[in-house]
Amino acid sequence: MSFFGFGQSADIDIVLNDAETRKKAEHKSEDGRKDKYFLFYDGETVSGKVNVTLKYPGKRLEHNGIKIEFVGQIELYYDRGNHHEFVSLVKDLARPGELTQSQTFDFEFTHVEKPYESYTGQNVKLRYFLRATVSRRLNDISKELDIVVHTLSTYPELNSSIKMEVGIEDCLHIEFEYNKSKYHLKDVIVGKIYFLLVRIKIRHMEIDIIKRETTGTGPNVYHENDTIAKYEIMDGAPVRGESIPIRLFLAGYEMTPTMRDINKKFSVRYYLNLVLIDEEERRYFKQQEITLWRKGDIVRKSMSHQAAIASQRFEGSSHPEKRAHTSPLCSECMCRDSAKTSA
Amino acid sequence: MADAIADTRRLFTKPQNLNDAYGPPSNFLEIDVSNPETVGVGRGRYTTYEVRLKTNLPIFKLKESCVRRRYSDFEWLRAELERESKVVVPPLPGKALFRQLPFRGDDGIFDDSFIEERRQGLEQFLNKVAGHPLAQNERCLHMFLQDESVDKNYTPSKIRQA
Repeated sequence: MSFFGFGQSADIDIVLNDAETRKKAEHKSEDGRKDKYFLFYDGETVSGKVNVTLKYPGKRLEHNGIKIEFVGQIELYYDRGNHHEFVSLVKDLARPGELTQSQTFDFEFTHVEKPYESYTGQNVKLRYFLRATVSRRLNDISKELDIVVHTLSTYPELNSSIKMEVGIEDCLHIEFEYNKSKYHLKDVIVGKIYFLLVRIKIRHMEIDIIKRETTGTGPNVYHENDTIAKYEIMDGAPVRGESIPIRLFLAGYEMTPTMRDINKKFSVRYYLNLVLIDEEERRYFKQQEITLWRKGDIVRKSMSHQAAIASQRFEGSSHPEKRAHTSPLCSECMCRDSAKTSA
Repeated sequence: MADAIADTRRLFTKPQNLNDAYGPPSNFLEIDVSNPETVGVGRGRYTTYEVRLKTNLPIFKLKESCVRRRYSDFEWLRAELERESKVVVPPLPGKALFRQLPFRGDDGIFDDSFIEERRQGLEQFLNKVAGHPLAQNERCLHMFLQDESVDKNYTPSKIRQA
């Protein structure tokens, strides 16, 4: 692009060295489209070639330097101008000068730290990308190549069940149990709901999976709740002593690992919401957080040593309640100061 | 770790007591609004409805009760519940003031179809309200449903179970 139509320009192309063998992962973009990107893990080396192809062969391209950057950044949608870079590496490919013909430059970012998982959410986006730039006096030429990073964890050493008695005094007492507090993304939630006292007319019970994305800090904290799944577990009226089983396969739902306070900018947490509905459409619910983590695939021979070490890291600890105690069950629909809507 | 098949066996559960499984449920509560009767003469006429309750909930003092109430009693109950409890109280069937205007072709508020419509609305209202765990704690609800008459000068209070 130039003002007089005579200037030289170039196309930039970034090609990874292991483009043939490296796996790709699907990732949803901001507008909801799903695309495939090269998948990287923490500690893996990012290497490849930058092809600078002159648009008009024979003409020189004057430039102020050619470089390639590896960037990991967090972008808050309400504050688009400010990108928070938590990883920023740069390699100079060429000093200021001129190109007389198309040229290819090799680059390697060795054992790059990629501490967080790629995430595109409702109000925040965390992404990693390579950016090759040919600097010029008036306008730079640059090209970006997005990659996707997954963070892996191993089976947690401590993974106790969640068991709790909840209810409304003299009206409804239930004991719910979920077999674990930490589930991997392809896990199964196995649990049960045991009815101790039923003095209201229940007609339906379901489990919802709620994703809560939290952005901002201090007084400007904003929560975005999204119901990922609604799963009916009971249709009809239970009585005392009845036990309702739960078996909920997580692989069918689009979820990410639990992310806590990522770079102090955002969190993504998941909750199981047990909902009971009575004959008059009143809803009684109890929310419980669960930790989701990503399990690595079977270790393949091509996985680098660094990546193997990285996958030994643990997901953050949560504190599951092991003791059974009675805590209040919220009854919402007919309460004046609740603003919740039934689904 | 190799991909293991997840253990999806049911969690251990206590077998249910057969009395609990097949006996009467603990949530039995039936309220009927029926038998409308118009009492009085001339402009002082009004309609009363029979409010019959059957239950096994311990919070109700009487397991069976039968009282007569008029529309303004329902309005009183609704206002008391709105003020005293945190419940979002459902609406009553309409007041139908336009039916009380003169020179109507029909019987106004003593029209059979109107009374039937109102009866249904009152029955729905009571069933919704009486089954609400928070409303069940209000003295006004129990007085309305089970006391001989509604004492509008009562002292609002909550029912406490022993």
